[in-house]
Amino acid sequence: MLMEERALPIVIVGHVDHGKSTLIGRLLYDTGCLPPDKFSEIQHSSETLGRNLEFAFVMDCFEEERSRGITIDTTQTFFKTPKRRYVIIDAPGHKEFLKNMITGSSQAEAALLIIDAFEGIRDQTRRHAYILGMLGFKQVCVLLNKIDLVHYSQDKFLSLKGEVIDFLNQLNVHPTFILPISAIHGDNVAKPSEKISWFDGPTVLQALDTFEPLKIEEKPLRFPIQDIYTIDGKKTIVGRIEAGELKKGQSVYLLPEKKKVEVKEIKKFLEKDVSIAHFEESIGIRLKGRHRVKRGQILTADLSSWISDQIKANIFWLDPTGYRVGEALLFRCVTQEVPCRIDKINRKFDPASMELTEEDASSIKGAEVADVLLQLDEKVAVDPFNEIPEMGRFVLEKEGRPAAGGIIL
Amino acid sequence: MDHLTRLENKSIYIIREAYYQFKDIAMLWSVGKDSTTLLWLCRKAFFGHIPFPIIHIDTSYKFPEMYQFRDARAKEWHLNLLIGRNEEKLKEGMGPGSGSKLDCCNELKTNALKMVIKKYHLKAILLGIRRDEHGIRAKERYFSPRDSQFKWDYENQPAELWDQYQSTVEEEEHFRIHPILHFTEFDIWNYVKREGLPVVPLYFSKNGKRFRSIGCLPCCSPIDSEAQTIDEIVEEIRISKTSERSGRAQDKENIYTMQKLRALGYM
Repeated sequence: MLMEERALPIVIVGHVDHGKSTLIGRLLYDTGCLPPDKFSEIQHSSETLGRNLEFAFVMDCFEEERSRGITIDTTQTFFKTPKRRYVIIDAPGHKEFLKNMITGSSQAEAALLIIDAFEGIRDQTRRHAYILGMLGFKQVCVLLNKIDLVHYSQDKFLSLKGEVIDFLNQLNVHPTFILPISAIHGDNVAKPSEKISWFDGPTVLQALDTFEPLKIEEKPLRFPIQDIYTIDGKKTIVGRIEAGELKKGQSVYLLPEKKKVEVKEIKKFLEKDVSIAHFEESIGIRLKGRHRVKRGQILTADLSSWISDQIKANIFWLDPTGYRVGEALLFRCVTQEVPCRIDKINRKFDPASMELTEEDASSIKGAEVADVLLQLDEKVAVDPFNEIPEMGRFVLEKEGRPAAGGIIL
Repeated sequence: MDHLTRLENKSIYIIREAYYQFKDIAMLWSVGKDSTTLLWLCRKAFFGHIPFPIIHIDTSYKFPEMYQFRDARAKEWHLNLLIGRNEEKLKEGMGPGSGSKLDCCNELKTNALKMVIKKYHLKAILLGIRRDEHGIRAKERYFSPRDSQFKWDYENQPAELWDQYQSTVEEEEHFRIHPILHFTEFDIWNYVKREGLPVVPLYFSKNGKRFRSIGCLPCCSPIDSEAQTIDEIVEEIRISKTSERSGRAQDKENIYTMQKLRALGYM
């Protein structure tokens, strides 16, 4: 059993109709992770609509999705290889579902970018690749799908591969692999294919198995305070360890004040004498002495976090109504929630055209990506996204609804 | 950290986040293995003292074993248990035999829940649904807003980035919160085993049959199984090739029934 290993979350992105859902159906089918009753339901549903067997129906469960042949929302599903379990996050390719694509991608640690070998790079390919770069993805595998439609041609593969590498490198995306596949026929997905015997690289499954989860447990402690409970008459601070580990008796800093405090006790339900708690654990703690504590403060092992009321970041705007400089927002990073506004838009991009549309702009439209300076009402503690992800990414709310996501580089 | 501990800790974080954001909150307990797991996670989140009520939506058609189990746990775990029933429709004779299954589920479950939410002015309810249960449930968010008609606007769901959950609630709106969305059926049984959790005896094989999913007595059929212990259930699911809800009648009427039920506010 593979109980000890965390399932690696991967996202599959790419232009509409380039074969994302078909690939997922194929992965599930070829790894034996598709129950036969589900298989016959898909068969039935495909026949009802007068189509050949549609692997895409594994992921596309909404009635509209099946009849329109598109994916509306992100879906999570699981499959396993002999090495580990995977959670695949499917992401819609249509422009109007960009928000869902980012939601899906933000939970993944590795990405598969699928490109139709016949059609090549399209608008959504650009947009999605840009977002992968913005989200700081380091583990990316590009799949040149529908290689059957270009007659399994090595020349076609190599010329598109060159084009894809040039295009991605401009976006600071450096794919680990670029593979020729046919998801519909199963070529080079779970098994190598004789039809592309000229290709000596890995299959999709072999490529995925080389990816590794991040090692956040080895970073210095970050423990954001989530809430304060009174348990058996005693003040108990609850929260989740977002990096490193926490020991009983440890002396830690309380940010943003940088006050030194000592951890008197670690509390878990039905466990006695807990001496250590690790990354990702949701625990309770008690501090030695009396201290004013509140949600949003962060306990840390060192003072390497950046403490400021001004933050430079990359943001992607999700809300269709857009933003004008000066409008009120709420900054949310771990349990920190602080009113803020965008003070300056240094640059902004339209991911589809890849064009820098304005310098020193005064507004951001829906689906645009921008490099901005945030001015907050109070100081917050943050870290670079590539050091401690949870402390380096945030959400901006406008009128109580999530309007943008951001990354601190 | 092992897989189950990771799942558990994520759920505890979500439960605590929900309680921080909404004080007018309650948990929905169907008495099945999933919501019993959720109940256990709530006990862990609050160190044994759950600060909100636990609601059982009672269609009156549940198995006797479920009522016994419910009352025993409520006593043992000192739960603030509230029972929600659509008394008016029950008096009128509504039941699985009286019309379509869609209408019965809608009246005795969804509308009974609407009444409870209204009566107790709840702004959020915790539910034990999982992504792997059904294709439609895979589309869910951890924090899922519903309007006063309970409609699920699944084409326009809020973005849910990095454990930052939307919590602003309009008047007449409430949130469905799904802390165990990321557990699979296999995870649930492994977790039940590891934690030594009690479950309704219907899950264990009797005369070669057991229930893999439980709801109302007339609408659940058992599967062929010899699994009489949790270990045997874990092994059976590990090698199983059929999906969990294959014994649930409401999924069979029409392939989109579940989507329609959920859009109407079904759990």
